[in-house]
Amino acid sequence: MYAEFGDSRTAASGGVDLETNQSLQALAAALRARGLPWVRDIVPALCGVAVHFDPFHPALPARVLEEFPALLEDAFKAAGKFEDSGRTVEVPVCYDAIYALDMDEVSGTTRLSPSQIQKLHVSSKHLVLMVGFSPGQPYIGGLDPKLAVPRRATPRTVMPAGSVAIANAQTAVYPYETPGGWSIIGRTPLRVFDPAREPASLFAPGDRVHFIPISRDEFESLA
Amino acid sequence: MSLRIVRPGLLTTVQDRGRFGLQHFGVVPCGPMDPVALELANALVGNRGDEAALEITLLGPEIAFESDALVALCGAEMEARAGGAPMPTDRPVLLEKGTVLNARRATLGSRAYLAVAGGIAIDPVLGSRSTYLPARFGGLQGRALRAGDGLPLIGRVSAISQGRYESLQGKKTFGRLRSVSWSAPALTLPAREPIVIHAMAGRHHALFDAAARRAFFEATWKVTPDSNRMGFRLAGPVLARAEAGEIISEPTCLGTVQVPPNGLPIALMADHQTTGGYPKIAEIAAADVPRLAQLAPGGAVQFARCTLEQAGELRRVLRQRVDAARRALAWDYR
Repeated sequence: MYAEFGDSRTAASGGVDLETNQSLQALAAALRARGLPWVRDIVPALCGVAVHFDPFHPALPARVLEEFPALLEDAFKAAGKFEDSGRTVEVPVCYDAIYALDMDEVSGTTRLSPSQIQKLHVSSKHLVLMVGFSPGQPYIGGLDPKLAVPRRATPRTVMPAGSVAIANAQTAVYPYETPGGWSIIGRTPLRVFDPAREPASLFAPGDRVHFIPISRDEFESLA
Repeated sequence: MSLRIVRPGLLTTVQDRGRFGLQHFGVVPCGPMDPVALELANALVGNRGDEAALEITLLGPEIAFESDALVALCGAEMEARAGGAPMPTDRPVLLEKGTVLNARRATLGSRAYLAVAGGIAIDPVLGSRSTYLPARFGGLQGRALRAGDGLPLIGRVSAISQGRYESLQGKKTFGRLRSVSWSAPALTLPAREPIVIHAMAGRHHALFDAAARRAFFEATWKVTPDSNRMGFRLAGPVLARAEAGEIISEPTCLGTVQVPPNGLPIALMADHQTTGGYPKIAEIAAADVPRLAQLAPGGAVQFARCTLEQAGELRRVLRQRVDAARRALAWDYR
């Protein structure tokens, strides 16, 4: 459950299942509560937590990496039970072909019609497992297994901002126009990350997510 | 406005120490590619060390000063001129109102830092003035500087600059430029290529085949032209996996060396993504990341395998050298 990473960061890791993810979220919260001055960032991910520290901080213990497993163990003991954040984020999505750039391909792989895909995506019980890669980008678990498709063999060079895309058992919402290998089944008009907003990130780990289908007209009026 | 960009250069951005504490929302710290050079530049003009400065890349900008300003240019050696004379580097220089600084081409290293007394006075975004290029926020409108941009300096920059200059010891003029006879050491510039960068085996080192594991630490790698602030792409032998299989996305770090399916490693730099699903063959020692950052495209690097303990020792040695340099400057500031 513990692995060394480098001399300015360290990590704990386990398997990728909901229970592990939730215990890692709890661990991250417990570590954060310690308020260690030399810790810069605590990053819970799907199946691991990275702890980034300032390698030049005057208060950094000389043998920080040797002492870290004990510190992690303490934090694990202190960690409460984490189930979810208690928040539900409603995300309007237009599943229309004009935005759902890979709907035909997903339809071919899953042998489901676009409207069945939309229905299954809307009815899945989505939960944010981590936020990462780029600012505000959620990795959302809970996708109906009937919609499990592998990553695209050739990644798209451009995933438009707001793209709602699926791969394996997860959904991602792309805050920025970036390259990506997931299959796009819709687009949200919401701003996923806005540094001027409080909080800047629409999603946080442990958020439940409801995708709400909207028409092209509704998309355009919200965009 | 107290500082005007006449010509922006190749890639000039505003950077402070970085934006910490938000990586769990996917926000990477950004900040300087060479934090050692930024720290010295700030110290030379009497700044505490977390003020924002300009990061200059390979081809420097031309900048007009609309007030007196105490400045320092550190990091990469540039063919720089100010007020028609060669610009002294690695030391404080008092530029008079109306002076034009022309930084031109880097002759050694690739990133220089121009600090100004009091710092660049733009508003912080999420706690930092660093420019986050991929997400387009921070710095000046989240982008590289352009011709015509004006950057505010602190209100009393002229008085503060003159006061700090007066307090310096060993004053010396270079043509019309007022500076000092001493300079700060360059601690991160490549002395001789290939430079040697220390690295530890990464979490997925064992997933690579024997030839790849050997090649990583034996080959001479070249930094490719498509390298940027997100990552340095390295050209050399193709690193093959012993067996295929997807890695679950997990956190990445400054200095992580990951290997995408094409087998060519990428060293993650200041603007890297916070998580990634490519296997990690190595982790660069924190103390050596600034020296790698100074390597220009086409530059050659070899990786020397080190232990966690050795990486810690490298860090302590670098810290001692930076602290010694800072103490020398502080003495001159009295």
